[in-house]
Amino acid sequence: MAFDAAKDRQFKVVGTRPRRPDGIDKVTGKAQYGADMSAPGMLHGLVLRSPHPHARIVGIDASAALDMAGVKAVVTNADLAEPEDDFYRDIKDNVLARDKALYDGHAVAAVAATSLEIALAALDRIEVEYEVLPHVTDVDAAMAPDAPVVQPGRADETVPSGHSENVTGYWQFGHGDPEGGFAKADKIVERSFKTAATHQGYIEPHACLGSMTSDGKGELWCCTQGQYMVRSTCAALLGMDASQLRVTASEIGGGFGGKTTTFIEPVALALSRKCGRPVKMVMSREEVFRATGPTASSSIDVKIGMTSDGKVTAGAATLRYQGGAFPSETVLFGAQSAFAAYDLEAVRTEGFSVLTNRPKEAAYRAPGAPMAVYAVESVVDELCQHFGLDPFEVRLKNAARKGTLSSYGPTFDEIGLVATLEAAQAHAHYSAPLGPNQGRGISCGFWFNFGGNTCVSLNVNDDGTVGVTEGNPDIGGSRASISMMAAEELGIPYEKVRTVVTDTNSLGFNDVTDGSRVTFAVGLATINAARAAKAEMCRRVAKLWGLEEDAVKWENGAVVPAGPNAGKHESMSLAEIAAIADQTGGPIAGHHETNADGAGVSFGVHICDAEVDPETGATKVLRYTVFQDAGKAVHPDYVEGQMQGGAVQGIGWALNEEYIYGDDGKLQNPGFLDYRVPVASDLPPIDTVILEIPNPGHPYGVRGVGETSIVPPLAALSNAISRAAGIRLAELPMSPPRIRAALRG
Amino acid sequence: MSGIVVSTTVNGDPQDFVCAPGETLLHALRDRLGLTGSKEGCGTGDCGACSVTLNGRLVCSCLVLAAEADGAEIGTIEGVAEAGKLHPLQEAFIEHAALQCGICTPGILVAAKSLLERNPDPTDEEVRYWLAGNLCRCTGYDKIIRAVQAAAAQMREETHGV
Repeated sequence: MAFDAAKDRQFKVVGTRPRRPDGIDKVTGKAQYGADMSAPGMLHGLVLRSPHPHARIVGIDASAALDMAGVKAVVTNADLAEPEDDFYRDIKDNVLARDKALYDGHAVAAVAATSLEIALAALDRIEVEYEVLPHVTDVDAAMAPDAPVVQPGRADETVPSGHSENVTGYWQFGHGDPEGGFAKADKIVERSFKTAATHQGYIEPHACLGSMTSDGKGELWCCTQGQYMVRSTCAALLGMDASQLRVTASEIGGGFGGKTTTFIEPVALALSRKCGRPVKMVMSREEVFRATGPTASSSIDVKIGMTSDGKVTAGAATLRYQGGAFPSETVLFGAQSAFAAYDLEAVRTEGFSVLTNRPKEAAYRAPGAPMAVYAVESVVDELCQHFGLDPFEVRLKNAARKGTLSSYGPTFDEIGLVATLEAAQAHAHYSAPLGPNQGRGISCGFWFNFGGNTCVSLNVNDDGTVGVTEGNPDIGGSRASISMMAAEELGIPYEKVRTVVTDTNSLGFNDVTDGSRVTFAVGLATINAARAAKAEMCRRVAKLWGLEEDAVKWENGAVVPAGPNAGKHESMSLAEIAAIADQTGGPIAGHHETNADGAGVSFGVHICDAEVDPETGATKVLRYTVFQDAGKAVHPDYVEGQMQGGAVQGIGWALNEEYIYGDDGKLQNPGFLDYRVPVASDLPPIDTVILEIPNPGHPYGVRGVGETSIVPPLAALSNAISRAAGIRLAELPMSPPRIRAALRG
Repeated sequence: MSGIVVSTTVNGDPQDFVCAPGETLLHALRDRLGLTGSKEGCGTGDCGACSVTLNGRLVCSCLVLAAEADGAEIGTIEGVAEAGKLHPLQEAFIEHAALQCGICTPGILVAAKSLLERNPDPTDEEVRYWLAGNLCRCTGYDKIIRAVQAAAAQMREETHGV
């Protein structure tokens, strides 16, 4: 759907900062999240998890647990249906292990009992006989030909020969002649990087309440980024029709990609099916760390050639991502995004996807991009340092722009990278003085953005207010933005619109809240639904006035006569039309269903000042500014919020967060004490500059803004530390011990 | 399983409940009294989503046994607004967009209220250190600090009439 032609359009609602509709519920404790729901007769479900990183399950004997008073059901993998395709079979074998436990914390069985205490005691009475197998948790070790094989027979035909069976996928992107390009360079830098797995770290653990009746109907309440995805998955894993399962999304306590998944939901339904009572399941934080979420860890080689005046002559990268115990494709996004900010004559990237004995990787905000861009932006910065060139000048000299053949194939349309770089370069932050042990780093970031399957229903109420029904969980204020776009389009105040997120029975399929898609795609569908309602109102009024439909038009929230032959009529407002709808044909509504494209790629630039303590190796972020192209910022507060939140997650990734596995293959830090996410006292204010380069694919020019902001911090910090302390680390996180070791040579 | 009878005052109202010996105050509040505004993010006192006051002291209710609360006065997020009127902190959090998903918000509001009762005019650094035990993964804390300071200024103005 194209950008509205009138580029000088004056928005009335879009671009303002009204209060979010769910604000009061969320500041008073009334909002209901996953764990806040209960049901009469409810049981409590718990999961038994493997203590081994890799083990054959010889047998499971639950009889002693089932003999306990208060224990109502035990389920294993055998209690689930057998889906035909690999996608659902992998989810099935992840939510309850089939014949092997594939990682420390892999679910093996689950129990439902009348109290949590009884359920906990019952877990101890489920006897599992394991045959422990050799394991591998490091990506490079897992690629070696003699590595323990996590799952045999899963490699794509695309994988080059000579690798372990753990290598399941291989992708290549690029154009031009890299070798010829490198030959033209005055300097080539080639470096290898490693990045640790990080967790999305949402504060709300996964939680659900499932209930099935003996006639096969199911009800499920859960915290998720996509109730329709949960319905599809649970229906496949339980062997039931989608129509028989209604999924309602609770308020969601953070997701960042990590709740585009199912873990306990099908298990709760399977337990409920077995005993006929509702079953509530809530993960502990330890379970969240051991068995959900994390992003890929990576091993990346980058080679870049540059002339002495800062022109990049060629770039190449080899990326190896481990995605845990099941095949994943996240490295594809890394290989595509690594050089996306650059207009290159010659570029080549390749990506290997690798199995290890770790939890199945889940999407995390711009999945796959942060580590790839970190590696490239670090090498670009090293070349800038080598030649003594300004890092902004070099990036501007090589920046992707409209018409650039991107490193991953498409040719870019209107993109905001150059404007964003120029804004950052001109900002006072970039020229502010620095003290001793302080350095300033910059980095670009990129994300594709996504549109996807979307349905919206918009109802005009008889009092002139409007209800919008959409199907995407509101993860950061999207209900406000959707109401704003409806109000803008209909010419009524924001306060007259109420947007609700509905269950799976009330709309067609909606893709999950991911890919920074909601404000873009649900907004687009809302605008179209509003236009459909306006067209209907025009038809109603034309009929009232005895005119042809083209003799009226919608203007400033009302129908007015149009054209020379329309005659004189008093305009009719939305409220006036709504009040007599019962006399003009009945209720007025508009709806729109689409698989939206045109999301428009997103670029950001971050400037970071950091101070490195030469004694402890600790890094303090002193000042941080985020510049990002939002296309059109619908609710600027929440756009800024996305920019700030993503930046801080990236800062955590850069400095502290990591999954630490021991030689025994067990996760050593499954808690917030030892997996340390940034806290308030770690951070300075996060300043933001929103740029608005309209996205040609949206009527208001909106682009997704949610993900790009996590991409630049990794290199921005690394580049700042390099300039502050004279050391360039090639491994994340840059925790105090690593920096201290590097400082001591 | 023998239950323990506990008599408390919650948000000013008398509340009795029966709990198991090993049950946390957080679980009693949520599951026995239906006060689900306090959240369990970790169960180990690291995230602060379960912050309540116990006899005026800010605590993680996941680290307090329910039985310990006998005779105590407990303050939860449900008692921060009075008779439907939002506390200035609650107003400021909405006005300054200081929440995204909102799961950490109850704990942060209870903690911030406790700070402002002790220190009505904190520096940004004091706010950041006081809230260092309350994890927020969405906002990067920037708007939270601004909202707390805006509420503090508003409350000082109401107190002093300036």
